[in-house]
Amino acid sequence: MKKNGFFSGAFIALVFLFLYAPIAVLIAFSFNASKSSAVWMGFTTDWYVQLFQDSYIMAALRTTLLVSVLATLIATIVGTAAAIGFHNMGRKARTACLTVNNIPLTNADIITGVSMMLLFVAAFGAFNATLGEVLGFRLRLGFGTLLIAHITFDIPYVILSVMPKLRQLDPNIAEAAQDLGATNFYAFRKVILPEILPGVVNGMLIAFTMSIDDFVISYFTAGSRSNTLSMVVYSMVRRQISPKINALSTIMFVAVLALLIIINLRQTRQEAARRRKRAALRP
Amino acid sequence: MKSKAIGVPYVVWMALFVVAPLVMVVVYAFTTRDGGASIANFAEMGEYLGVFGRSFLLAAVATVICLLIGYPLAYCLARLRPSLRRAANMLIMLPMWMNFLLRTYSWVFLLERNGFLNSLLSAVGLPKLDIIGTPAAVILGMVYNFLPFMVLPIFSVIEKIDPKVIEAAQDLGANNFKVFSRVTLPLSLPGVLSGITMTFIPSVSTFAISQLLGGGKYLLLGDLIEMQFLGAAYNPHLGSAISLVMMVIVLVCMAVMNRFGEGEEEAVVL
Repeated sequence: MKKNGFFSGAFIALVFLFLYAPIAVLIAFSFNASKSSAVWMGFTTDWYVQLFQDSYIMAALRTTLLVSVLATLIATIVGTAAAIGFHNMGRKARTACLTVNNIPLTNADIITGVSMMLLFVAAFGAFNATLGEVLGFRLRLGFGTLLIAHITFDIPYVILSVMPKLRQLDPNIAEAAQDLGATNFYAFRKVILPEILPGVVNGMLIAFTMSIDDFVISYFTAGSRSNTLSMVVYSMVRRQISPKINALSTIMFVAVLALLIIINLRQTRQEAARRRKRAALRP
Repeated sequence: MKSKAIGVPYVVWMALFVVAPLVMVVVYAFTTRDGGASIANFAEMGEYLGVFGRSFLLAAVATVICLLIGYPLAYCLARLRPSLRRAANMLIMLPMWMNFLLRTYSWVFLLERNGFLNSLLSAVGLPKLDIIGTPAAVILGMVYNFLPFMVLPIFSVIEKIDPKVIEAAQDLGANNFKVFSRVTLPLSLPGVLSGITMTFIPSVSTFAISQLLGGGKYLLLGDLIEMQFLGAAYNPHLGSAISLVMMVIVLVCMAVMNRFGEGEEEAVVL
């Protein structure tokens, strides 16, 4: 294929400028001495210190990380199991399951959010009026419902990235392992899992990204007691955004950037090693 | 591993938390506050026709712009060296790690009357632009937030096109334009279709973007629905009816559009 010329290079640069200009502004304002982020008043790192003393933001950060980590772990396990189960189903059942699985992906976030909220409110209302009355406690929207919602929209991403790997899998190798005396679980751990692992990891990363970034679904399912970072930001946007939030975003951004660079470098190095090996093996 | 049983927990989960909530929406849409079944909610929606029209129009414009930027970008990125390609892929995902409300709000500083863009413009002697508070700002917010969802599926499809197919077309005498229009474009169509779906749906249902960049002047469907569930105009029955109608219109649009596609069994996501 032909290589890119000057114009496509300039075009790529321009689009990335568009994508990163607001982020540059955000990062710049995290070092701004002024409290209102409209004007530049000189360099400071005060916001980074104050950030860690702000119990409201720290609690939201804890909620966000906790719900994202838990939802990602549960979604990865349940999703991988479900993908294997779907893979073993007949064509009709599989198509039906995958269609329902696609609903949270294609449906608008706001509809996923409000529909789950309706269900939780109705189910909890019924519970509180009957069994809750007897047992003496009430169910309310909170961390539990937030977690259920996150798991629900994370699993489809895991399934979609594991399914293609299962399709590439040679069905004979699992049977071969079992013929050689491996139990079902042992064959899974030693033969299937290593083959589908890239898909599982990829699904896990997408699920985690989606959980961290989600605002709309959390907003409707978390109730008034649990706050994620997005919800804190949303309440601030309507009044005034504290530079502390900019500082926190900058820290998260730099952490992810560093992580991605490490992963990228490792992959590039592995590829180079593989190429060298292949070249050495060639007669 | 021939077991179907390990898929069962998730099937139960889907029934409880995917299907049941949607059933609730339908039930709420066809009932009123006093519990009776009626279609009054749909009749009441007449006064929001303008909101429907505006939402679908702005989302369509944003989707077209995303396609016009996203397709060439995906095409250029797919022709980079593999290591650069992976880096570019990550750089497109990376902004999602910054809160989307914060990123959107940043545009206010860039575009406001005394913001960065206007300082640049007046420095070179051009007139100032008032973008914040216009529909253009809302569209910009949508394009900015959903462009990655257009680029990534197209990129992953173009990247997988076998270079030998392109070479074959060239060997058979096709010029660059013909190679693109007869080979690359048709082969990338599934990516384009899923890109359109993944940008149009969040655009049409977005809430908050219009509040942030449109100065609260342009009520969109997402804002309208939010008002019915958590806002001042509390009426979940009307909110459900609006959600249902929006969902049906979107489904019809997607079904029509997918008829033009190959009917791929598996959607391309990210």
